[in-house]
Amino acid sequence: MGRYIIRRLLWVVLVVILVTFFTFVIFFVMPPVDPAILFAGRAPSERLIAQVRESLGLDKPFFVQYGLFLKHIFLGDQYGWPGFGMSFVTRSPIRENFLGRAFVTTQLAAGAAVIWLIMGISIGIISALKRGKWQDRLAMGFALFGVSAPVFWLGLMALYLFWEKLHWLPGTGYVPFGEDPSQWFLHFLLPWVVLALLFAAFYARMVRGSLLDSFGQDWIRTARAKGLPERKVVYKHGLRASLTPVVSMFGVDLGTLLGGAIITETVFNLPGLGTYVVRSVANGDIPVIMDVVVFGGMAVALMSLVADILYAFLDPRVRYT
Amino acid sequence: MISLTRPEPTDRNEVILDVRNLRVHFPTPDGLVKAVDGISFQIRRGETIGVVGESGSGKSVSFLTVMGLVSSREAHIEGEIIFKGRDLLKLPQEETRHLRGKEMGMVFQDPMTSLHPMYRIGTQIAEAVLTHEHTSKKAAMKLAVEMLGRVGISKPEESARRYPHEFSGGMRQRAMIAMALILNPDLLIADEPTTALDVTVQAQILDLLDRLKADFNAAVAVITHDLGVVAEHCDRIQVMYAGRIVETGHSQVIYYRSRHPYTWGLLQSIPRLDAEEMHRLRPIEGLPPSLIFVPPGCAFHPRCPYVMDVCRTEVPELGPAHAFNASACHLPAEEKDRIFSQILAERG
Repeated sequence: MGRYIIRRLLWVVLVVILVTFFTFVIFFVMPPVDPAILFAGRAPSERLIAQVRESLGLDKPFFVQYGLFLKHIFLGDQYGWPGFGMSFVTRSPIRENFLGRAFVTTQLAAGAAVIWLIMGISIGIISALKRGKWQDRLAMGFALFGVSAPVFWLGLMALYLFWEKLHWLPGTGYVPFGEDPSQWFLHFLLPWVVLALLFAAFYARMVRGSLLDSFGQDWIRTARAKGLPERKVVYKHGLRASLTPVVSMFGVDLGTLLGGAIITETVFNLPGLGTYVVRSVANGDIPVIMDVVVFGGMAVALMSLVADILYAFLDPRVRYT
Repeated sequence: MISLTRPEPTDRNEVILDVRNLRVHFPTPDGLVKAVDGISFQIRRGETIGVVGESGSGKSVSFLTVMGLVSSREAHIEGEIIFKGRDLLKLPQEETRHLRGKEMGMVFQDPMTSLHPMYRIGTQIAEAVLTHEHTSKKAAMKLAVEMLGRVGISKPEESARRYPHEFSGGMRQRAMIAMALILNPDLLIADEPTTALDVTVQAQILDLLDRLKADFNAAVAVITHDLGVVAEHCDRIQVMYAGRIVETGHSQVIYYRSRHPYTWGLLQSIPRLDAEEMHRLRPIEGLPPSLIFVPPGCAFHPRCPYVMDVCRTEVPELGPAHAFNASACHLPAEEKDRIFSQILAERG
């Protein structure tokens, strides 16, 4: 197991290097705007541009730039660790801003994850137990709606209804927990639910399918044959086997979200990584883009590693060497 | 305290299971599947019966119904299943649940899939104890380990901590038997217990069942499609076809004086290595009938080489053919004896 984890961690590093390399190539070969011109301010002279280019390190060869970037990420730079560099647009260190936004995104993703796990698993169980009955139809109708309703539409509808019309919720934006916990909660409630709906729908379908699959297994019949109460047959034996695929899917999903929930953050005006990266792409703020890509890639790779390790604990048939 | 031996003296000939005119019909979109269509039989304590028939003859369904594993929601169940004096079909579900695993145990066909893949063997066996007895987990586990030893698993302590995938097929079937017998049931049902196993392991499992039956003084039903398997292990054999019992009798009698053409067919399709010259196996022609459109008259008549006119219209009763054997067939007794001795002679 130890060796497996180390090997997987090396893979994570390799994945991050590859992902950053291709991102770097794309923005290096065809930047949306020339960063040096952007940085040099209004109507710059040729000399100023050259100077800026030199100070940003843009005059160095491609591989040197990429190497420096990697070095800063992994070993830190003059602003601390991890070295996120300096924004071309704001001309200030990215690190603080980035960490603040990553925290917002993490809160969004974690809250939504709790909701979608609870909703998805319970809806999946109900519809598997009531297969073919109205409860099942209702649940699968919900799942179809959740899968097909676009998040931006759902978010705007929810805002219109609960904020504009009913005045139940205080609106959009981010209120830090330390400032006002109840406002923090009320501001996050809609984004959590809206983001969770999509995933809940997927998870409900998956749980339903794998539970029904379990119910058809011989070992469920064995559990009944030894006289176990039906409740235990379903929740102990059935669910135990059905939740392992949920674990591995959950790892990847959560990891993906940690890299930024672009649409949800935009709709609810949350200063997370998603809105950050959108703005930076428009501005050609390459260092920020690179940072978000590294962070997102790391999140996916690490979370799926965690999921794989958990899976090995949950399913004794899986042993990694 | 629970122990693995039966303390009180019991009546050796007590009828444990008395099934009367049992019908199990499944409504399906294509029509009513008459999986079991009016069967009656008894099993006594200390007796092993073999239930033989092709797939779809209703042999598994009838015993799953006895176990209470066919719910009345999915099937129309009629008749009586009298287990130790009580009609199981009239008992509330909660009571029949407590009989399962405690007073009757079942071993299934495929040991590779019959154990939960994510729980330890010992835990799964101990669970049966914990379901029915008020005892500590530790005591239940101790009992499970002891039982694993009794079914012939080496290093039972260590094995109890293993997962099913670490066991071979034969070991898993032993574990299943341990689970079924741990609370000393009066009835053990083994549904094709050896079909999925290697030939060498098959004999071991059947010997084990023999030995445990004697130890536990239980009634045993072995369901199989292979007459050869049950020959030496069963006291009585009942042959099922299309949801009915077509012949029943003592094993030796079925072997040496069978009186039903279907049983003859089954006997002829057992490969024999001791025959002096290689003779061709004779499979029974045709396929088992659909249980939705069961042929009128004797259900076997479309495949029977000795079919008569009466077979096409009248259902033969399972009448006594001679002292130890009953068969449901219209052929006259002398004719049956003549044909069967011919078959025996052919087989050598």
